[in-house]
Amino acid sequence: MSSPDRLVYMANQIGMFFRSQGHDKAVPGIADHIKKFWDPRMKRAIFAHLDAGGAGLEPNVREALTSLKQSLPAVS
Amino acid sequence: MSLIEEIDYGTPRSKSETMVTLTIDGNEVTVPEGTSIMRAAMDAGHQIPKLCATDMVDAYGSCRLCLVEIEGRAGTPASCTTPVMNGLVVRTQTERLKKLRKGVMELYISDHPLDCLTCGANGDCELQDMAGAVGLRDVRYGYEGENHVFAKTPGKTDGCANDHWMPKDESNPYFTYDPSKCIVCSRCVRACEEVQGTFALTISGRGFDSRVSPGMSESFLGSECVSCGACVQACPTATLTEKSVIEIGQPEHSVVTTCAYCGVGCAFKAEMRGEEVVRMVPYKDGKANRGHSCVKGRFAWGYTNHKERILKPMIRERIEDPWQEVSWDEAFSFAAAKMRGIQKKYGRDAIGGITSSRCTNEETYLVQKLIRGGFGNNNVDTCARVCHSPTGYGLSQTFGTSAGTQDFDSVEETDVAVIIGANPASAHPVFASRLKKRLRQGAKLIVIDPRRTEMVDSPHVKALHLPLMPGTNVAVVTALAHVIVTEGLVNEAFVRERCDWIEFEEWAAFVAQPKHSPEATAILTGVDPKVLREAARVYATGGNGAIYYGLGVTEHSQGSTTVIAIANLAMATGNIGRPGVGVNPLRGQNNVQGSCDMGSFPHELPGYRHISGEAVRDQFEALWNVKLNPEPGLRIPNMFDAAIEGTFMGIYVQGEDILQSDPNTKHVVAALSAMECVIVHDLFLNETANYAHVFLPGSSFLEKDGTFTNAERRIQRVRKVMTPKNGMADWEVTIALAKAMGFEMNYSHPSEIMDEIAALTPTFTGVSYAKLDELGSVQWPCNEKAPEGTPVMHIGGFVRGKGKFIVTEYVATDERTGPRFPLLLTTGRILSQYNVGAQTRRTDNVVWHAEDRLEIHPHDAELRGVRDGDWVRLQSRAGETTLRAEITDRVSPGVVYTTFHHPDTQANVITTDFSDWATNCPEYKVTAVQISPSNGPSDWQKAYDEQARHSRRIAPAEAAE
Repeated sequence: MSSPDRLVYMANQIGMFFRSQGHDKAVPGIADHIKKFWDPRMKRAIFAHLDAGGAGLEPNVREALTSLKQSLPAVS
Repeated sequence: MSLIEEIDYGTPRSKSETMVTLTIDGNEVTVPEGTSIMRAAMDAGHQIPKLCATDMVDAYGSCRLCLVEIEGRAGTPASCTTPVMNGLVVRTQTERLKKLRKGVMELYISDHPLDCLTCGANGDCELQDMAGAVGLRDVRYGYEGENHVFAKTPGKTDGCANDHWMPKDESNPYFTYDPSKCIVCSRCVRACEEVQGTFALTISGRGFDSRVSPGMSESFLGSECVSCGACVQACPTATLTEKSVIEIGQPEHSVVTTCAYCGVGCAFKAEMRGEEVVRMVPYKDGKANRGHSCVKGRFAWGYTNHKERILKPMIRERIEDPWQEVSWDEAFSFAAAKMRGIQKKYGRDAIGGITSSRCTNEETYLVQKLIRGGFGNNNVDTCARVCHSPTGYGLSQTFGTSAGTQDFDSVEETDVAVIIGANPASAHPVFASRLKKRLRQGAKLIVIDPRRTEMVDSPHVKALHLPLMPGTNVAVVTALAHVIVTEGLVNEAFVRERCDWIEFEEWAAFVAQPKHSPEATAILTGVDPKVLREAARVYATGGNGAIYYGLGVTEHSQGSTTVIAIANLAMATGNIGRPGVGVNPLRGQNNVQGSCDMGSFPHELPGYRHISGEAVRDQFEALWNVKLNPEPGLRIPNMFDAAIEGTFMGIYVQGEDILQSDPNTKHVVAALSAMECVIVHDLFLNETANYAHVFLPGSSFLEKDGTFTNAERRIQRVRKVMTPKNGMADWEVTIALAKAMGFEMNYSHPSEIMDEIAALTPTFTGVSYAKLDELGSVQWPCNEKAPEGTPVMHIGGFVRGKGKFIVTEYVATDERTGPRFPLLLTTGRILSQYNVGAQTRRTDNVVWHAEDRLEIHPHDAELRGVRDGDWVRLQSRAGETTLRAEITDRVSPGVVYTTFHHPDTQANVITTDFSDWATNCPEYKVTAVQISPSNGPSDWQKAYDEQARHSRRIAPAEAAE
């Protein structure tokens, strides 16, 4: 599995954990998790994928990444 | 330095708080109620002669040597079996006692060889001591009568064979059993029962025919004996003796140190002669092990001077080249130039490192400091990534700290122990022995494991076993919660006081849904709902409930979720914050707890503080005099991905064999091959070194000072007993490498490193070598609030404030069985081997486990035409390997199991890239596989072996001019 497929997979896996907490908790939960644990090059790659349409990203994850990208101008 | 002689009080310590005062030999003595007269006398400094008594086991009263006289009582009672009472007046030495004791010793010696000068126990023999103590000068009975001593009947030149004589049993690689020297005190039998809990030994026969018998008169190696050494330690004569003592002689000095094997962290006395280890003896004051040990720590230290150890630094330009031995300076400048070159070419973040969970806290701290300070990034990770990283995430989310909650002593107050995905009898044997002791006193045991482990069914232990399908932990633990909530077994008072009530209510509503019931989930978990309900009731209502778990919990795509589910369970039942309860991760390696504490994770500085925290960074920046990168670095699996992608090109690996231990070996090979500089710092040319450009020889735990932190957060000293064979301790190597890279770290002793750790880490502020010397060990947090450390966490409240319940939805792993791969492979460990086996494979422990075997259920084996011992091909979506089959019903139909101790098996060729959602901890425990008969090693194994042999070549040194 190569990037960005692997990153999309990982992000969706995180999304899956938060799904049962409902949308309002899930979106910030996912964003916070990726912010805290992903290295900048991983963040850049997933943001680039998001900009390119974000194929394969679950809705909550897509929303989380969109908000995270805006809050991390330095990385993107 | 001298030999540390621990006092043997003869009988175990009484825990009573009621004190009793009596008079012994004219001295008033006050001791706890329940203490024996023998122990009370020893407390007062009077040693009563004894042979069958020792304080590791209960009194037995068979040798009749410890007799005393008590005023107002008739006869001469044995002091070991007579408890103290207020006002007793005891005399330990009278004319009558002297005569009786001399008579007893005379009888013993009349059936004992008199080869004291050439005996292995010479200088360390209690029988000899007692003969001296009672003043034995003559044996009137002679030696001609019936005896166990001589092979042939004495006195006749062509004497016929002596039926009572038995030859020496030398089958065990580490100790001998010489029946001719046995006095049948049964200390060994009782040690095996009471301390180890294996019940391998017994006394067969009666009267003069009584013999110590391993199993049914088998050899030691052929019996159930697990070679823990407790019997050898208990033996008062030369009957059971370490082979190393027989070969070398008695030690002359000893040093207390900490075992470098598993996370139990047993304290040992390294008994020495000069710089040679004579034997390792478990230390009774060790608070983790309380004088017990297992075969690894006690005996398997021979790897430290194994011929394959590499003692000189080596370098090479390409991994196809043979190694060139060079000076340390050449190796450091070669490595530094490569690493700095990579950074220049690919950027600052293109290198990183892996700290060792086998090295000391101080060494680990230095490696992460070098990476953060010297490399200028946070690309540091450690072995915990692939084992307990989900524990870190799960417990810090729910409780506020990743710390295991108890000390090992806590098990003595446990009423219900729940073991999930762990096999302490194999992987944490000394803890298992302590647990079994409690189980024999009546505590209950629940085991949640796909396999019927040694813990499920062992002498006097019968667990409630929930044999779940691999990958369904979350469903099972959530079903336990379902029963607890829907049957009204929640400890509401605890939850209301200690936890967030709203979060609890959300969680309770979630788990109470019918879809989480044991009946609804049975179809996927395979667990009988009745057994599951019973387990939930027993845990919730059986008194102090303690959960112990291992990698069977964490190494899943839902590893972190299961840890959270476990924490939920403990909170809901109020099993947190006092002795006897808790959530206890059983850590794999000796210092994996410490390596996590020391900031080995890419997102955390020492003390688990996130790298993005400015205030924390400021502290480190001020002391280290560098600017730190606020962004988290790469985790191990991310490093591999980045290497293949071309953005991560150099790595410094200290004491860790990532190629053998990490999943999907082909992927790791591809990643390592892509890197331009791999620096391996290790004792041996391990598997990773096959892809390395620099090899820095490491030092063993016997060759350096430092500290290890065990699974109960206990910080213990590692003490140097010999000069590093490679010339430098590991911490010195890291300092020199850093210096070559232009990053100065100045320390003259590891104690100075610990002082820096204490200055920077709030949970360590009270830790110093002086305090460790004074107290023996401390459990962090150790600071102003807890100057002597913290045995039990979360007393009175959680570290995070209110305990946090989090819902845990079961999500099936994407690693699925199907027509091509219908079986599930899960992996584990075995008692005699450790981790990737780099150490234990280089000891005589291989007699117990010379190869990894595949356990398969008879039903699955028959379907495939596989017989016991046959070679089978084990194939997954990631790769294939071959190994031999062992047919057993320990595994359920549909599940197969193997260990990963041998590189020629390469179990990780099979495991996949799937990993925990939160931490990327690999999913070792679930792989869909197919099995078919095979003729021998696979092409991959042959090619791998060829590459390894090629890569390990060392160029001959050039002849001097």
